[in-house]
Amino acid sequence: MSESRKFYVYGLFVVVGMIFLFRLLYLQVLDNTYETASNSIRAIPDVPMRGQVYDRNGKLIVFNTLVYDLYVTPSKVKVADTLALCNLFKITRPKFDSLMQAARTFSYRKPSLFLRQLSKQEFARIQDALVDYPGFDYQKSSIRTYSAPTLAHALGYVSEISKKQLDEQDYPYYRQGDLVGQSGLEKFYEEQLRGRRGVRYVMQDVNGVAKGAWKDGEMDTVAMAGQNLYTSIDLDLQQYVDSLMQHKAGAVVAIEPSSGEVIAITSAPSYDPALFATRDFSKNYTALQKNPYRPLYNRAVMGSYRPGSTFKTVQALVAMQEGVIGPGSVFSHAGAPMKCHPHGGLAGVNSAIQWSCNPYFYHVFRRMIYANAEKNAFKASSIGLKKWHEYTEKFGFGQKLGVDLPSEAKGVLPSVEYYDKRIGKNQWRFGQIYSLSIGEGELLITPLKLANLAATIANRGWFKVPHLVKGVGKNNNPLPEYNEKHETGVARYYYEPVVNGMEMAVVRGTVARGAMIPGIQMCGKTGTSQNKKGKDHSIFIAFAPKDNPKIAIAVFVENAGFGGFAAAPVASLAIERYLNGHVQRKAYEAEWKNKNFLQNVILPRSQQPKPKNVAPTPLKPEATIVHQTAPKSTAVPAP
Amino acid sequence: MARNEQNIIQNLDWLSVLIYTACVSMGLFNVYASVYDPEEQTKLFDLSNNAGRQFMFIGTSALIVIAILVIDHKFWEVFAPFIYGACILLLLVVLVVATDIKGSKSWIKFGSFSLQPAEFAKTGTALLLSQFITQPHINLSRWKDIAWTAGIILLPMVLIVASKEVGCALVFVSFLIVLYREGLPGIYPSIVLVAIVLFILSLFFSPLYISLGLSLFGLLVYYFIIPRYDRTKKTAINLVVIFGLMMFFTTSVEFLVNNVLQTHHRNRIKVLVDPKLDPTGIGWNVTQSKIAIGSGRLWGKGFLDGTQTKFNFVPEQHSDFIFCTIGEEHGFIGSAAVVLLLLGLMCRVVFLAERQRTRFARAYGYCVAGILFFHFLVNIGMTIGLMVVIGIPLPFFSYGGSSMWSFTILLFIFLKLDAQRPYTLSRT
Repeated sequence: MSESRKFYVYGLFVVVGMIFLFRLLYLQVLDNTYETASNSIRAIPDVPMRGQVYDRNGKLIVFNTLVYDLYVTPSKVKVADTLALCNLFKITRPKFDSLMQAARTFSYRKPSLFLRQLSKQEFARIQDALVDYPGFDYQKSSIRTYSAPTLAHALGYVSEISKKQLDEQDYPYYRQGDLVGQSGLEKFYEEQLRGRRGVRYVMQDVNGVAKGAWKDGEMDTVAMAGQNLYTSIDLDLQQYVDSLMQHKAGAVVAIEPSSGEVIAITSAPSYDPALFATRDFSKNYTALQKNPYRPLYNRAVMGSYRPGSTFKTVQALVAMQEGVIGPGSVFSHAGAPMKCHPHGGLAGVNSAIQWSCNPYFYHVFRRMIYANAEKNAFKASSIGLKKWHEYTEKFGFGQKLGVDLPSEAKGVLPSVEYYDKRIGKNQWRFGQIYSLSIGEGELLITPLKLANLAATIANRGWFKVPHLVKGVGKNNNPLPEYNEKHETGVARYYYEPVVNGMEMAVVRGTVARGAMIPGIQMCGKTGTSQNKKGKDHSIFIAFAPKDNPKIAIAVFVENAGFGGFAAAPVASLAIERYLNGHVQRKAYEAEWKNKNFLQNVILPRSQQPKPKNVAPTPLKPEATIVHQTAPKSTAVPAP
Repeated sequence: MARNEQNIIQNLDWLSVLIYTACVSMGLFNVYASVYDPEEQTKLFDLSNNAGRQFMFIGTSALIVIAILVIDHKFWEVFAPFIYGACILLLLVVLVVATDIKGSKSWIKFGSFSLQPAEFAKTGTALLLSQFITQPHINLSRWKDIAWTAGIILLPMVLIVASKEVGCALVFVSFLIVLYREGLPGIYPSIVLVAIVLFILSLFFSPLYISLGLSLFGLLVYYFIIPRYDRTKKTAINLVVIFGLMMFFTTSVEFLVNNVLQTHHRNRIKVLVDPKLDPTGIGWNVTQSKIAIGSGRLWGKGFLDGTQTKFNFVPEQHSDFIFCTIGEEHGFIGSAAVVLLLLGLMCRVVFLAERQRTRFARAYGYCVAGILFFHFLVNIGMTIGLMVVIGIPLPFFSYGGSSMWSFTILLFIFLKLDAQRPYTLSRT
């Protein structure tokens, strides 16, 4: 009956559809008033300046220089005379074509980077002409600038965010092309340094003419400038240490014992941090990466070495606390499998440290391992090592200390589980692990941890985690974890024989005679780190003055031989410079600055032949002592 | 059973499914475009933004579709009263526990996402209505049956209005289409149509002009259309009474607009009458919407390259005003395609409804077509300045879990009934 009514329904649908289609045709195609009326909003990001970095005396280490980045939007580009444009930008035609091609590949309608980091002068030259070339736009940006070519490893560098980092960020903040701290303090304090990006919304008509702020700036966010870092680095000492470490591979870490503040931290060989702040970043990076001496490797926190005899201090402390020896205990050379060098008679822990007697510490460690009721030597070793591990762990070995630098190495402090896994449960005993007694064997530690050991002994029993930054922004305090005292669990009076031994080692012991500082009571301990490749590494830890110490230091010189020979002079000179402000022993200073141990470093087979045994080079002014310097920047852009 | 299911797949109307899929995927990409900010890292499949959530809603819709195809077709007819009852219950619950979202109290919050029962009430009402009016003893020209039918429709409407979702309640007007098809005397839809025409006229012209025009129209009808033998006194009196009623309605429109409606409703009507009225204030939505669509031109600005439908230039650009994004980024070609797709779907549903063997399935098909049509009419109409701004979504395109699910359920129940058609005996 009412089936014919379906046609009315169809009719209704179709009529409305037709009305809509005609209305749309009119709105979108025939009438163009709406197109011209359209306002669009452009978001203009406001990137704040990155925070600056200061040293402990308020000297500027890192600051920013204004540069200009040129962007291109391929869809808007209309170039009448390409040659004139190339001349303006001082680039070649093929270069221009390849840059344009790269931009088109990225996006036809979105702007992409064309030329980066034009200096003020370069930009001034092209700024006026830029209006004639639609599609080219610029943005202010800044590059990191360094007041001295030092501290490259500790400061780290800033570079464009990688695709991977972009995809993996927890909270989406970064955009393509943003600069982000990639290592060192720049990475660790990235969030504080970068500040917060702001954004301004501006209305534009179809021709891109600005028509003022959108919604009166209600939606804009204000950029927050990055916070400054106030480090505990002494720039003067730092550069001095750098100059001592030239022609050498190794690391130096100096700490103020009472606060845990790092005064100087050097990894040699090094490079000029400015190399990474230029347009030639990738070229420079590759060159340094290929360098056989591995200048990019931060030996101070990543290098893992055997501590050698410096570890005897820990052995003595732990054994006394455990009660297996007393401060006056004496052992003979008999019964120990290792040799010793000639020295006078021993009168207790202090003289054992002074002469670094290997058999003495063999016996000490043996007692400690077997100081339990267990009859079975295998089981007794496990029990003894577990106890020993509990003590030594408290000195910060075998774990990350938590310095404010990324990629700190843990090192190795062998535990019961470690040997159980390597050899088998109850398959090992003291006879297999006795090398630990003199800091050899499986033990691995970083220079930073050894400096921390020096600071711990200087404090007679406690340390604060070493850190480089003692104030962030307006807040003049380090991160809260750096104020915490860590106790070692060894009683304070057990430190006295060790400290006395270290003092005597410098006065009349294992340390080379020249390392004594006139007028300063320095306590030190040498170490000789055996390694499979070439000569032993030379190690020295020290602190001074003996009472109320101001500086604790650890020096590693790779392949330099006996500890008292190479590392001790470096430490001694650095301490003198820090405490007295100048060095009296000029000839001594010149001698050690020019000593070349780099030639002893054995390079991988592929990178041989090893460098020629060159004569000592003349002393250079301190400011220029770096591995490689930044080339003059030119107008040629990075691809 | 297995054979039956296979037949369901074979008998499913794949053309409708294809249009549905096209609409849903175009909708997803446009929701993404409307939340996309070139300055930020916006990802398509990220649950923290609306596009990612829309993707999740679509995925769950697929599960709903499977469930509906598996459930026996008799379920919907037999259980219609219970489904309707459940919807009414939910609407009552919502009045008590609702969370206030943008001035409307129609959302139930479950943790991080919220549900709008009003969307589902459409389906529930459609089911019961189809079941009720297709019973053999119901005659839609009888007062008593009309009253029952009106009751079924009005009960959820009143509850939805009470939760301040006037737009959603107005959708129930679309049931006039199914009632008309199932035998409601033509006079009722005509009255509604005349009322709408008069309402619009009265907004533009003063009552005096309207009365003059109507009198002229009445005289023309009396002397030229009504045959001579019918020109009796009785006919004349009838015409005068009709004229009187129309004039009463016309004059009461002004009262209605000024006294009964709320300010923002009044403003929306005023803007429709005069688009240039206060374009930065109450006319902002419509002006910006038209600018966005108009600036798309023939081919559009390209995917993600729209400038008007970013930064909330157009309000609600990902939900109720999603058509603006399509118009801006894909131009006339894109927006015409959307109009034709939806038009095609509605006509297809009517076509399918007409070939049903049960009256229930046919009536339900008309309900589906009607609801889709009402949304189509109002949503696209408002974005191009032909309709009052009423906040209802564009089916399958707009962002929102409740609307995505409810439209999917609405459509696929019908497609299931249609797929079952070869196995049902005859029209009852």
